Amino acid sequence: MTSSTISPEAAVAVPTLGTERASRIPKVLRPWLKPKIIAGGSIVALLVVMGLLAPAISPFDPNKQNLLSAMQAPQWLAGPHVLGTDHVGRDILSRIFYGARISLVIAVTVVVISGAVGVGLGAISGYFAGKIDFMIQKLVEVIWAFPPLLLAIAIMAFFGQGLGILIVALVAQRWIPYCRVARGQALSLRTRDFVDAARSLGARDGRIIVKHILPNLMQAAMVIGTFAMATAIISEASLSFLGLGVPPHIPTWGGMLADGRAYISTAWWLALFPGLCIFFTVLGINLLGDGMRDIFDPRLKRSGQGMG
Amino acid sequence: MLAYVIRRVAGTIPVIILISLLVFMLVQAAPGDPADLLLSDEATAEDVADARARWGLDQPVWVQYWKFLTAALQGDLGTSFRYADPVLTMIAERLPATIELAVVSIIIAVVIAVPLGVWAGARPNSWIDNLGSLVGLFGISMPNFWFGIMLILVMSGILNLLPSSGRDTYGIAGDPITGFYLLDSVIKGNWRGLWDGLAHIAMPAIALGTNMMGILMRVTRSSVMEVMHEEYVTTARAKGVSERAVLWHHVVRNALVPIVTVVGLELGTLLSGSIIVETVFSWPGSGQLLISAITSRDYPLITGTVLTYTMAFVIINFTVDILYAAIDPRIRFDK
Repeated sequence: MTSSTISPEAAVAVPTLGTERASRIPKVLRPWLKPKIIAGGSIVALLVVMGLLAPAISPFDPNKQNLLSAMQAPQWLAGPHVLGTDHVGRDILSRIFYGARISLVIAVTVVVISGAVGVGLGAISGYFAGKIDFMIQKLVEVIWAFPPLLLAIAIMAFFGQGLGILIVALVAQRWIPYCRVARGQALSLRTRDFVDAARSLGARDGRIIVKHILPNLMQAAMVIGTFAMATAIISEASLSFLGLGVPPHIPTWGGMLADGRAYISTAWWLALFPGLCIFFTVLGINLLGDGMRDIFDPRLKRSGQGMG
Repeated sequence: MLAYVIRRVAGTIPVIILISLLVFMLVQAAPGDPADLLLSDEATAEDVADARARWGLDQPVWVQYWKFLTAALQGDLGTSFRYADPVLTMIAERLPATIELAVVSIIIAVVIAVPLGVWAGARPNSWIDNLGSLVGLFGISMPNFWFGIMLILVMSGILNLLPSSGRDTYGIAGDPITGFYLLDSVIKGNWRGLWDGLAHIAMPAIALGTNMMGILMRVTRSSVMEVMHEEYVTTARAKGVSERAVLWHHVVRNALVPIVTVVGLELGTLLSGSIIVETVFSWPGSGQLLISAITSRDYPLITGTVLTYTMAFVIINFTVDILYAAIDPRIRFDK
């Protein structure tokens, strides 16, 4: 945009790829070629590969205990235990690969379910307004009154460990941000001409919501969803760290950190590596979310924080 | 203003009642009978029936809820299964430690984030802006429990500079006055105690405050950037006001509203973050109490702590709303 010789689309891609190569890339993809999105996307892609291929790339069984080789320091490229072993001789690298799986499963499930529930209820709340809106918003207000994570901690405390209950516990509060934004947008959409037009053609409320309201809520939901992945991963790790996550026989980064905390003065590698994984995963997702927000709508940032 | 406050109070009461209902339902839905849990394995069916009658567990659910609600409103949150002490007293004893930790964390976050955010927002794309963005991203991506463990590893393990757990070295703090050790030390002129308290609180407060610092830095930056383009800023410049004065008097003052809002909003995250950070640093606050109550399946203590935290959060949000309205006269009360 600053130079008159290149098109606006190409200008966007210049900093990362140069004009020559940018011209070979389909137009729709060009806005996505930003350093933030590429860096964040690569980290997330790495996580997905690690999780999917865990059984194939793990050098050891993640749960295989071997007290004879317990507490071995990282051997890097030299030894069998690249990142060392923990207090019962389990291979850290293998546990990290398997831990990526659980982070991935939790993040995707929690985000998809809470997104569906939140956007759905938000659309209904905003579209119908009136009594239904009042009731849904009361529910939102009550659930949002709990400090983040506390409701999940309470649910896990009363119902015990398990993958299913963990997902329920995390979704219990995480659908709210979607609901708030979706409701706000639905409230303004319901008065728009295309909704009136659909109604005058005899479309029923259900059809209007599905065909005309929901598609317009998707962009905002995608941005919230991206950041929500990061929240879900940190929340899962926090709960596992507190011993309130999945059962202990499933390797998780949070659980590994909890083990590592006890041995921090003698074996730093127990806590360092799983923590680095959580940090970089969350960093990658946040970068991706920042980038997506810049593309879709810079103003979303405000509404996404749930201020209203 | 008064009408606004009254309306907000009236709006909060049903929320509080619904919160108590939700927590009560959670306990009801939990698998397992509290009577079985409390009595020994040798208890006969008769003993169980007896105990159920004594604790009111044989009453209809709504009667139980009504009892729970009226008792809670009178400050009776029940008795701990494990310690046989009143839950409220136990929480009250632990609360100052948690509040002290939270306050120091907020101070650290604000002192670093606000100046950095203002600078970064005033000079977009400069080196300070890049540094700020990095700090912001680091803050929001860092899991507080891992950061805490790494601080312990470096500061206590390798450098041996700071103590890794607890609130004080035994015997230094003396008898508590307010329960806030730092404040107590200042009141008593116990400088050795103050130093000791600061050394203990430094790492947990940094670990807890980093997340808020990241968010605050990002919000300060963007709100300063927004205000920089306002007409009154151009006017001030045109009048010949120095750039520094424009920034700190005209820009920062107007950017303050979103900053205060974010501090308020993030207090909830700080509260739940403290539960985890207290566990990492064996900080004797109410968060640690909650986790130990969960470990020992002390249901009244769990319920009491969850209710207390949530009430605290409701009150904080309420206060922030009022403050928010007070800071910004543009917000209309008579909507």
